[in-house]
Amino acid sequence: MKIQSRRRLASVTGVALVGTFAISGCGSDNNSSASPSAGAAKASAVDCAKGTLSGEGSSAQKNAIEQAITDFQTACPGATVNYNPTGSGAGIKQFIAGQVGFAGSDSALKTKPKEGASNIEQADADKTCGSPAWNIPMVTGPIAVAYNVKGVDKLILTPAVTAKIFDGTIKTWNDPAIAAINPGITLPATPITVFFRSDESGTTENFTKYLNTAAPKEWTAKPAKKWTGKGQGKEKSAGVASGVKATDGGITYVEWSYAKDNNLGIAQIDNGAGPVELSGAAVGKAVSAAKQTGTGNDLSLKLDYATKEAGAYPILLVTYEIVCSKGKDPAQAKLTKAFLKSFAAADMQTKLQEIGYAPLPTDIQAKVLTSVNALS
Amino acid sequence: MSSTTGASIVDQARDPLGNNTPQGDRASTGRLGDRLFGGTAKGAGVLVIALVTLTAVFLLSQALPALGKNGANFLTSTEWNVDGSNPRFGIANLLWVTVASSVIAMIIAVPVGVCVALFITQYSPPWLSQPAAGLIDLLAAVPSIVYGIWGAFVFGPHITGLQNVVNTLFGWLPFFGNETGGVSSSGTIFFIGIVLSIMVLPIVTALSREVFAQTPVTHKEGALALGATQWEMIRTAVLPFGKPGVISASMLGLGRALGETVAVLIILSSLANDTKWSWSVFNGGETFASKIANNAAEFDSPQKSGAFIAAGLVLFILTFVVNAIARVVIERRKAFSE
Repeated sequence: MKIQSRRRLASVTGVALVGTFAISGCGSDNNSSASPSAGAAKASAVDCAKGTLSGEGSSAQKNAIEQAITDFQTACPGATVNYNPTGSGAGIKQFIAGQVGFAGSDSALKTKPKEGASNIEQADADKTCGSPAWNIPMVTGPIAVAYNVKGVDKLILTPAVTAKIFDGTIKTWNDPAIAAINPGITLPATPITVFFRSDESGTTENFTKYLNTAAPKEWTAKPAKKWTGKGQGKEKSAGVASGVKATDGGITYVEWSYAKDNNLGIAQIDNGAGPVELSGAAVGKAVSAAKQTGTGNDLSLKLDYATKEAGAYPILLVTYEIVCSKGKDPAQAKLTKAFLKSFAAADMQTKLQEIGYAPLPTDIQAKVLTSVNALS
Repeated sequence: MSSTTGASIVDQARDPLGNNTPQGDRASTGRLGDRLFGGTAKGAGVLVIALVTLTAVFLLSQALPALGKNGANFLTSTEWNVDGSNPRFGIANLLWVTVASSVIAMIIAVPVGVCVALFITQYSPPWLSQPAAGLIDLLAAVPSIVYGIWGAFVFGPHITGLQNVVNTLFGWLPFFGNETGGVSSSGTIFFIGIVLSIMVLPIVTALSREVFAQTPVTHKEGALALGATQWEMIRTAVLPFGKPGVISASMLGLGRALGETVAVLIILSSLANDTKWSWSVFNGGETFASKIANNAAEFDSPQKSGAFIAAGLVLFILTFVVNAIARVVIERRKAFSE
């Protein structure tokens, strides 16, 4: 009796073990598919640390960080990283409260007090850390101007026309203003239906920043997380994307991955140096053109939305990981460093392109690695 | 007659000699079990009252500072700008959309629910009534996100025709007017009202069915004996008996419709900031619950969360009033039914 039950236990354990191997095997297969040659080399390149690290914040980088976490945990069996995509504001709040190891945010910590508040985010974060908190750009998310117009496969938009579409001045697709910049394309008389994000979002903020910078005369509203143009609001990126998909004549601004997944048309943007199609390389050019506003290893960037550089796609948002430069708990600090290092690694960044993000350009990526290595 | 109280049982027990007046054994109050149970029940009652009171106090304490800074009239303004040092926000839009969508839901759900309940209790053969009742109850168990996704992706694309018909026939009423603000037909107040009606239908049906089933057989047989047809019997015996129950069932359903969040969030299109006010139900908007849920991730200052909590407080009061009305109706029914 006793022997039998022991034997049964052993067989159960065996099954469980086989199961675990099968699952992890699957996982690593998936992960290495993106860069088959890097598979073995990568595993050795990751510095591992043990423990549990939790982060919270931006939902724009959700898919990217989930991919990074899966890879990191596969390479480092003793490590667990949790990321809760509740929104940039919530992430920063939790980080300042000392509840999470790092925050993901679509904008760097503010160095001036917000309107209606007396506290400064950067100062609060520094205080919680006991050392300067750094903004480390990690994920580049291009924002696509996605449309659904029957019979129109290619569309070129300038900042001025984009602004007029989104503030309701241009009402139909065959408007002369659109036709003038799209020679050779037959545009129907379908009314334009603008969809916007009804929740407050970093995507809206970055898109309106772009409109406000690149077309200041046409778009006068101050950039904000809340939509200031016209149209109808849908919840989150999934809502606006499916709204456009269901509506002939629909247009919206949405993360690249949602536009791709829903097979929506993506407009080429002409900032003045010719139309630029949305691609990883084109976005990388725009990130390289950004000015660093943080000092030293704090890599806050100021994107130049009005950039006239040829071949640069200007509408994007950069998600920062906000971390303490000197962690209070050495084990946590080591884990944070190890995780961010694997996140910033070149092969990880390349892999992000497949899920709708753009890799960091080489020069910025080198700076990011320097910053991450300086963490302690 | 045996009684449920210990004291009266003691009254019946006589001493064999008949000369001892029986003493109460204090069964109803004195034993440990009774005292424990009585105490627990009392505690549970106090807990609920405390919870409701504390919720109200919490909402008030969070909302008051933001309300104090509000530059617009909280009850009549349609603006919603909660950022910055001069916030201006009001709930007129939210209140209108919440009430309008719920009223549409009730207009559809109550007659249909009552008919279904009448069919199950009065018309259907016994082999059908039980499974039918079970199916209706099953509708209540479907999570609201399922209704939301179904409404947005399956039902939504087919609503345009119905809306155009209603718009053509009743377009002269401001409620069915044309000022849609460019909202597509699967994102209107009218449409979310229809989806909400399906969600509250099981509540209305289940409670009405219970009440109708309790119509005294003597009333029904009396009506039939006087020569009433089936419909006349229902009209003179079942409906008058069940009316208060139907009203309170509707109130409970209304409570659900007012507070529904996820389905509204997915289906209803919100409006751009400075859209002109319109009474049309072919317009978009946001309800209290959907607005709060949609913005919960970005409550980054006490002023902002305070403004949303103030809106939540109004929903709390609205639901409280609806429930209070239901209570009053149920009380009245008690007085008349015996």
